[in-house]
Amino acid sequence: MKRILRTQQYLIDYTLSSLGRRRGKNFGLLLVYTLIVFFLASVMLFAQSLKREAEIILRNAPEIVLQRLIAGRHGLIPGTYLQKLDPLPGVAEKRGRLWGYYYDPAIKANYTLMVPGADPPACGKIRVGATLARVRGLQPGFFLNLRSADGGIFSLQVAEVLAAQSELVSADLILLCEADFRSFFHIPDGMYTDLILRVRNPSEIVNVARKLTVLLPDTRPILRDEILRTYDAIFNWRQGMVLVLMTGSVLAFVIFAWDKASGLSAAERREIGILKAVGWETADILRMKFWEGAIVSLTSFFLGYLLAYVHIFYTSAMLFAPVLKGWAVLYPHFRPIPQVDGFQVATLFFFTVFPYTVATIIPSWRAAITDPDMVMR
Amino acid sequence: MRASSLFFTLILALTGLFLVSLYHGFSGNYQLEGKLAATCTFTRELGITDLALFTEARYTRHPSQADLHAAFQDHPLALEHFPTGSLVPVPNRLRQ
Repeated sequence: MKRILRTQQYLIDYTLSSLGRRRGKNFGLLLVYTLIVFFLASVMLFAQSLKREAEIILRNAPEIVLQRLIAGRHGLIPGTYLQKLDPLPGVAEKRGRLWGYYYDPAIKANYTLMVPGADPPACGKIRVGATLARVRGLQPGFFLNLRSADGGIFSLQVAEVLAAQSELVSADLILLCEADFRSFFHIPDGMYTDLILRVRNPSEIVNVARKLTVLLPDTRPILRDEILRTYDAIFNWRQGMVLVLMTGSVLAFVIFAWDKASGLSAAERREIGILKAVGWETADILRMKFWEGAIVSLTSFFLGYLLAYVHIFYTSAMLFAPVLKGWAVLYPHFRPIPQVDGFQVATLFFFTVFPYTVATIIPSWRAAITDPDMVMR
Repeated sequence: MRASSLFFTLILALTGLFLVSLYHGFSGNYQLEGKLAATCTFTRELGITDLALFTEARYTRHPSQADLHAAFQDHPLALEHFPTGSLVPVPNRLRQ
């Protein structure tokens, strides 16, 4: 055992000195290889983390949201519809929701104004999302002036800034009381933006939704599963877009690495020939070439993966934020919670380390089984 | 120090860090629900349906609540106003 280990150590010593002779080329390869692993791992970790967080948070969304459609567009829904839902079994809770958008020309951003179902702020007071507070420089006690539907100035006092922990869902939120909301947007009493229904038994949700479309034909139910699927699709799509954009560089790397690994240069052939001539076995040459591939690919994998981990979970995915942010003025400060999917890491490892290592062995084997004299010529 | 010893030290250090990141990530998987508990309660109480990630336009703010052709809601040729649906950066003149 000790002898085997010592042999491998000598082989690695030789391989490292051999790599050192072509320092520039090998360092370039290591750098590009590390960058490719870094980008692939970053996309993988970021998409996975966003998908998981979205899934956990949105599992708490209402089971059914009921929108009224007027001429094919979302319209206000009368509160009387709530009574029409009384005969529906399985509905544990139902209420009207009041929410809407307000475009603030001062910072060129859209706010979401909402009336909480329970514990609303006192009239004239508001609770604001942490991002909005940061961008507008708001603190408790400050006033926020908005232009209401009739053009008048509506002055609301900030009672509280919502916890930064929930910024992912509350970045642009303004919570206010029902009376303020109705007078601000001129929404008549008894009308709501939409209705939400809580259904206790998950297997009943589809049945309830089906009955809703019969009972209230001018409405459209949106199920929680659809919300979850929407976000899954959004993140898959964005991940796909990044990967498609990266395909060109990945292919360029594959060609470069393949050329480097599989096509032996004249100097490398001569080296193999000399080694054979001085008494190296074919197996020794193959081991030496295996170590060459393994040193480059393992080092690149570890470096690339660790850099990606730090990039996503400790710098809040600094490089990807502009992609998600778009033109948004109110973008939440959020740091993905560290998490990994073992299967994805294993897949990344397999597809980045193995092909390169194998690709270095095959051409060396061809050169190693040829007569040393032929190889050196 | 021999080159191979240096290499082993490097690989051991990198493997160690990799294992630490895996442990950190896997333990994060289990702590995720606890860490998001406050956000989950907030979401449940308000009946929130969407993440505040795409706040740039009305029709991108609540993708799950938009109708099937939300992007067309302003006029039929308004395919996409905002880069939330693409990867195009903001033109420089609009930043000024």
